[in-house]
Amino acid sequence: MTLPPTAPPARMTTDTLERTPAAPTAPPRPYRRLHIPWRSIVKHAALVALAVSMIYPLIWMLASSFKPTETIFREIGLIPTDATIGNYTNGWTAFTTPFSTFLLNSLIIAVGSILGNLISCSLAAYAFARMRFRGRGFMFATMLLTLMLPYQVVVVPQYIVFRQFDWINTFWPLIVPKFLAVDAFFVFLMVQFIRGLPRELDEAARIDGAGHFRTYYRIILPLMTPALATTAIFTFVWTWNDFFTQLIYLPDLERKTAATALNMFIDSSSTSDFGAMFAMSVVSLLPLFLLFLFGQRWLIRGIATTGIK
Amino acid sequence: MSGLGELRAMARRPRDERARRRPKRNEWSGYLFLAPWIVGILGITILPILASLYLSFTDYRLTRRRAPEFVGFENYMNMFSDSNWWDSVGVTLRYVLFGVPLQLAVALGLAMLLDRGLRGLSFYRSVFYLPSLLGGSVAVAILWRQVFGYEGLFNEFLAWKLNVFGVTLPSLGEIFGYETISWIGNADTALWMIILLHVWTFGSPMIIFLAGLRQIPVMYYEAAEVDGAGKWRRFRSITLPLLSPIIFFNLVLQTIGSFQSFTQAYIISGGSGGPGTSTLFYGLYLYRQGFTSYQMGYASAMAWMLLLTIAVVTALFFATSRFWVFYED
Repeated sequence: MTLPPTAPPARMTTDTLERTPAAPTAPPRPYRRLHIPWRSIVKHAALVALAVSMIYPLIWMLASSFKPTETIFREIGLIPTDATIGNYTNGWTAFTTPFSTFLLNSLIIAVGSILGNLISCSLAAYAFARMRFRGRGFMFATMLLTLMLPYQVVVVPQYIVFRQFDWINTFWPLIVPKFLAVDAFFVFLMVQFIRGLPRELDEAARIDGAGHFRTYYRIILPLMTPALATTAIFTFVWTWNDFFTQLIYLPDLERKTAATALNMFIDSSSTSDFGAMFAMSVVSLLPLFLLFLFGQRWLIRGIATTGIK
Repeated sequence: MSGLGELRAMARRPRDERARRRPKRNEWSGYLFLAPWIVGILGITILPILASLYLSFTDYRLTRRRAPEFVGFENYMNMFSDSNWWDSVGVTLRYVLFGVPLQLAVALGLAMLLDRGLRGLSFYRSVFYLPSLLGGSVAVAILWRQVFGYEGLFNEFLAWKLNVFGVTLPSLGEIFGYETISWIGNADTALWMIILLHVWTFGSPMIIFLAGLRQIPVMYYEAAEVDGAGKWRRFRSITLPLLSPIIFFNLVLQTIGSFQSFTQAYIISGGSGGPGTSTLFYGLYLYRQGFTSYQMGYASAMAWMLLLTIAVVTALFFATSRFWVFYED
């Protein structure tokens, strides 16, 4: 018997399963021609309702950032009746240092951290994945154990030492550790990735006389671009969202970052300029949102394959 | 897939035969590649751990120009008689106990709903993921503070009277008898708002679950269906066991992370852990001891208690894992 023209798709994996169980439970009613997929409608309605209620606060913040402060909590509607960018100019100049300085500081730390993680983690990952030396297994296990280490255990001595170095109010305490591969998650991610690359490639390079460094630099590194991209993106998100280390190491106003500068809006609650606070919150979220729009593929792949947050 | 699975598999993994046969190259080049990591693990991790262990037995205040003074177990004894410390333990335990399972349950539930080619999957996935990306930021914590404040969006929502064809329906607040309160300014509700913020960021575990669900062969479900297994039975006997390594991995990592959480509580309570001690997270109290009172000895002792707690909890997870985590070999 030949298949009818509306044969199921070759892959039975995706669409079909949802429909198959419904068939026996809901026999076709003879008196109704039009089949209304109620279950599907209810499901989508619930999902959309959930999505809207989750995103609504963010939209509210965006809308509020264009409303004069006095009306933010008075006006229910989202669309501001008298839209103003006054909050943005006020927020930008709310402190004696303009907000651009804080954004720049955040950016410097993020870029430094990304560079550090890319270089140091990929070197370590190459060694763990492709080289043999005494103590490799032990060191690898140690590295995985540090994933479970609470940051609070190391921060006090680190702080004392960095203070000795006179590194308070400099970016060094935030960037230098990244050049020492302390983010074990990324090392692990890259090790996994390198293990997935065919060994024949670097063996061929070795036969052609390339040393380890050349193999790493010329063969492995170009092949592991996806892992590097994931690392770069997540390093950016983590350092941009970081608050604790920036709070303790960068107390001076000129050294504050977007995160710690936002915190000052709460500290100076006497002014309670909610409009400016919302406006600068929106500004500080903007890079993450752009990343969400344009780097989503990498974000989702990175999470799905490694389980990082 | 998971770092923890890797760790537990290492014990039983046979030596890489292929690599063993190869003659040993210059071992030093391995250490050269690892040099940054070795400096880091020693200087930034292991030495500080040992230093903080030592400091935890001393009285050391950065404000005084004096060397750490050895006091034995005094810091630990003080901890047990410090009511703020107990409060912070209680707050953190409640946060971990409710926040982590709630978030993972929501994540799993939605992953199940979105699985198997639901139309608009990538749209929903994106929208649900966005809070995870932003949720750790100061800006979102500030937003939360305003949404659940006295004049906030949430109260507005509760007082919202929907008008349907000229009939004014009672607001949710009236139906459930809520008074207008500041949800973050009230000691009974403040912690729950932070737990809610944690649950709000269910997007990233949801993506991990979605990836895991996709690994389960459809065959299994089809076979179970032929055998007459219902929806619940299929979930319990196929989905859950096959997903259990991923659930385990998420549970362990989220628990470890939640024990240390700091930013949200700091911003939402304005650094105080208030009202009262209702949001005095362990990490927040430790910060205040170490970096506003500069009691480095006490802070180190607190950090070591945290390390021990996390170690014990993680060990418990691993010990019980063989009863409920299913590894398909």
